[in-house]
Amino acid sequence: MSAQPETVLSIDQVAVHFGGLVAISDMTFAVRSGEIVGLIGPNGAGKTTAFNVVTGFLKPTSGEVRYRSNPLNGLKPHEIAKLGLVRTFQRTSVFQERNVFQNVLTGLHGRGRSSLWDTLLGTPREKSSERELKDEANEILRFVGLEQRAHEPAGTLPYGEQRLIGVALALAAKPSMLLLDEPVSGMNPSETARFVKLVEKIRESGVTILLVEHDMPMVMKVCDRIVVLNYGRIIA
Amino acid sequence: MSRLLVSILVALLASVPLWLTDFYYLHVLIVTGIFIVAAMSLNLLLGYTGQLSLGHVAFFGIGAYTSALVSLGFEVHILPDVTVGMAPKPVWFAMLCATAVAGLTGYAIGKLSFRVRGAYFVIVSISFAEVVRLVALNWVELTQGPMALNNIPALTLGFDGFELSFLRKPAFYLLVLTMLVVCYVIIARLVNSRAGRAMIALRENESLAMSVGIDVTRYLVVATVVSAAMAGMAGALYTHYIRIVDPDIFLFIYTVTMVIMVVTGGKGTLAGPIVGGVIFGIVPEVLRGMEIRPEVQWIAYGVLMVLVVYFLPRGIVPAIESYMSSRRRAPKGEAVAVAPEAPQQ
Repeated sequence: MSAQPETVLSIDQVAVHFGGLVAISDMTFAVRSGEIVGLIGPNGAGKTTAFNVVTGFLKPTSGEVRYRSNPLNGLKPHEIAKLGLVRTFQRTSVFQERNVFQNVLTGLHGRGRSSLWDTLLGTPREKSSERELKDEANEILRFVGLEQRAHEPAGTLPYGEQRLIGVALALAAKPSMLLLDEPVSGMNPSETARFVKLVEKIRESGVTILLVEHDMPMVMKVCDRIVVLNYGRIIA
Repeated sequence: MSRLLVSILVALLASVPLWLTDFYYLHVLIVTGIFIVAAMSLNLLLGYTGQLSLGHVAFFGIGAYTSALVSLGFEVHILPDVTVGMAPKPVWFAMLCATAVAGLTGYAIGKLSFRVRGAYFVIVSISFAEVVRLVALNWVELTQGPMALNNIPALTLGFDGFELSFLRKPAFYLLVLTMLVVCYVIIARLVNSRAGRAMIALRENESLAMSVGIDVTRYLVVATVVSAAMAGMAGALYTHYIRIVDPDIFLFIYTVTMVIMVVTGGKGTLAGPIVGGVIFGIVPEVLRGMEIRPEVQWIAYGVLMVLVVYFLPRGIVPAIESYMSSRRRAPKGEAVAVAPEAPQQ
């Protein structure tokens, strides 16, 4: 790694107030390209709120978030995702009633090339685009190790595997930076170990990672750097 | 395999006018077919994007009125000295207008309600249908109000010398069947594509859909436009078949009928509205034929509906599908994964 890789995500003096409640009072930190950064802190410290601000689900009361020098303020979540900043969720991380393969296919949405007219008329472009998407979905399933589960409804899988689907979905959106919200909560130690390997594999493929996690051994193992948030402030 | 099955079924249905000589039964099939098209359009919204449009009949009615007015011609005084009017146009053109106008209305509704979901979408759609009904009832100069628009021409297609008339029931039956197949193909293509996956993603988990870069609002609008245009087309078919249209076409009961067809058949499945439509379009006629008292007929209809919803909460088609797949999997000695029949939250 070079001495000073460029900063990809910068969070500058961000504050979030819910009415009178201050969820984040003044948060400033940056993530550099290729890093794995852990964001930790006690429950209620504002970690998930920070994620929601970065990915456009919440508007900050003040402050600015920039991603690769694009200001993100005012962009909608799907627009931010198209810039390459993709997140996973703490709880509901899958499309329950669809099978695993369809889940990943849905995540590949942004990469389809066919227009609505192609779809309605069944043009060759529609068919070739669909074929490419299906190949890619299979590849992603192999990457995260879910190829055996491809045709099972996502909602019936064990919790640990549902988290993997969440990651597969996010990867399908072709992120340059991935935000993982408590990815190993509810996983047993061996699943966690496998997940750590996956996170490293994702980094090797050139994706920057910011993760929120309570499992400290896991955080210490994978992260290059740790940011600590408490009562809405960065304390370390 | 299933494509062959579908072709055989369509061929069978197309042959109906050859052997079914009783025009009353044909009439029942035509009206059922028109309602199935409307139910299929509702299913695109309710079953795939998960938004319940309880004002769906508004699109049907707008289609019916537009087609009637364009084919009859109209003239209205907007200001004391400004009149807007139109000479009568051919029926096929009127039907296209109906489809387009209903689609545009769908676009407006989709845009207006782009931020409202669930219960709020239901309220917006009901209010919209009611407003349209009141307009149809009170703008007498345009719609004749409760006096109804009548003498609506039937569809004829023709070049000089050769003319095809859809005045008679067998021909009209085939027209409805054709439209039904066309709408089915459009919906099937749509829901099995990238756009369809985006719609289902909106139904299943909207935040997750947004997080992977799906513009959910856009696909909700697309679904609303296609759905409204199809309902409008069904309304136009209805108008030129019945050949009279009055504000009662906007009655809430028609929306309810469509919802019943979709929910009992299985929302979110392609065959659902057809199965539901056949059952709830034809059952009342069968009951009537059994010469039992009218109140008993309606009780039987209600009981049937409650039984379906109680025992097959996800609808008839999904129940058959999960039965078939468990049959197929069982002989391999694998543990049969029982599809959870849990009601959706």
